[in-house]
Amino acid sequence: MPISDVSGRKVWQLRSRNQQLAHWAMWLAGVAVFMWCWQRISEATTWVFVWDAPRIAADMGSRAWPPRWSYMSELWAPLWDTLNIATLGTLLAIFAAVPVAFLAARNTTPSALFVRPVALFVIVSSRSINSLIWALLLVSIIGPGVLSGLLAIALRSIGFCAKLLYEAIEEIDPKQVEAVTATGASRWQVMAYGIVPQILPAFAGITVFRWDINLRESTVLGLVGAGGIGLQLKSSLDVLAWPQVALILIIILLAVLLSEWVSARVRGAII
Amino acid sequence: MTDTALQARIGRKWRKPPFIKNAALRWGLFIAAAIYLVLSVGSLEVNWARVSEGLIRGWRFIVAFLSPDFTTRGGDIRDGLVESAIITVASTVVGILISIPIGLGAARNIAPLPMYLVCRGIIALSRALNEIIVAILMVAIFGFGPLAGFITLSFATIGFLSKLLAEDIEDMDRVQAEAIRSTGASWLQWINYGVQPQVLPRVIGLSMYRLDINFRESAVLGLVGAGGIGATLNTAFDRYEFDTAAAILLIIILTVMALEYASGIIRARVQ
Repeated sequence: MPISDVSGRKVWQLRSRNQQLAHWAMWLAGVAVFMWCWQRISEATTWVFVWDAPRIAADMGSRAWPPRWSYMSELWAPLWDTLNIATLGTLLAIFAAVPVAFLAARNTTPSALFVRPVALFVIVSSRSINSLIWALLLVSIIGPGVLSGLLAIALRSIGFCAKLLYEAIEEIDPKQVEAVTATGASRWQVMAYGIVPQILPAFAGITVFRWDINLRESTVLGLVGAGGIGLQLKSSLDVLAWPQVALILIIILLAVLLSEWVSARVRGAII
Repeated sequence: MTDTALQARIGRKWRKPPFIKNAALRWGLFIAAAIYLVLSVGSLEVNWARVSEGLIRGWRFIVAFLSPDFTTRGGDIRDGLVESAIITVASTVVGILISIPIGLGAARNIAPLPMYLVCRGIIALSRALNEIIVAILMVAIFGFGPLAGFITLSFATIGFLSKLLAEDIEDMDRVQAEAIRSTGASWLQWINYGVQPQVLPRVIGLSMYRLDINFRESAVLGLVGAGGIGATLNTAFDRYEFDTAAAILLIIILTVMALEYASGIIRARVQ
């Protein structure tokens, strides 16, 4: 423990001198990096607009209020599309994620040297690209519409579901698997009776959790043309119809809160 | 089990117990899901001619992925990436700084009730609003550029980090904090020596994780004009320059992989 001698008295310190210096150097570097970043942001900003921001915000607020409630009649169909994008996208993702997860888990992969890295790469690439970018890509490939949004959600969710699922598979109790193997079960029987029952609750939890996230994400996919309520949001924003924007934002907020409630209830029931 | 019940079971084939025990609920959910599936798939409007036409373009994109073009738009890609990195770092730092007091305020065991409710309200608001929607509003208020992206991500970081920090503080060991308090420490000393050492490792881990998320999110903020690599990506897609788009996507995937690897090492070291 570092103790320094100050005129004959021993004083306890948290760090030795070198540790302290290294600590300060780290902080200095961190602050310097942050200040540089801030300067770059500041250079790219038109500060006149920023000083004007409170007035603009108040102006926008006064235009947006009250929301145009009558517009609601045109929102039911997009809402239904949004729900479908989230639900069908999650379903597709789950179907694709299960085999990927079994290939990626250390204890079930057929080859840790060749198959596992490929499965992990699939997981990482799916996860690191946001669903909005997937949607952008799909809209430019197969055209705008609900199908693009649905596939975008599915592609983004495969990585997420597969990652959580393969971690669950790696954490299973090997004794049960061994017991089933000892009865002379085939490879598929071991999977069905030894592994699947152990990960089924995690699987259901992951599905519902992802569905909740997907509903949030599918509300904005329309911004790039991939269907759902985002389309209405974009067209309202483009014509500066602020009362409609306000209504759509309220609806999205309600949908998100509802989906969070549903997912919390379902997960509570499963786990 | 009585003898007759046992006798009745012997000779019957064993069947796996169902996941949902209540038969009525099981079948009800099954039928409801089937009806929903039929309805939702039926309401999908897919333009198959457009899709088959798009398959050719999809193939071009896959080919482009094998030969990405980093050089033609090299300057744009570099500028976009630097801007994304700047937004990521600055918003993570500011987000952490703001979420510490809010996280303290949202922990029921150290904050009084009014403070708790206010802080939980801020967290709920930040978590309910999608980043893209916040970014649209921020661009409308503060103008185009990285400042809007920076504010958006800082706001999103607050919801994520304060919630997890607050939960961690609520789960902490009371004994240590009480020991510090019994030495006559002031409130600040109590937080610094009694609470902080218990939650710091996890906060560092979560901050690294959030840095990773913020980078991924900053890649899409450009789509709505909030700065970063997203704008470059959007332009590349709009011009069907798939080789440039593939290069950008590969860079994003590799950066996220590297960040994830680095944050894994750092988290393993501090925990």
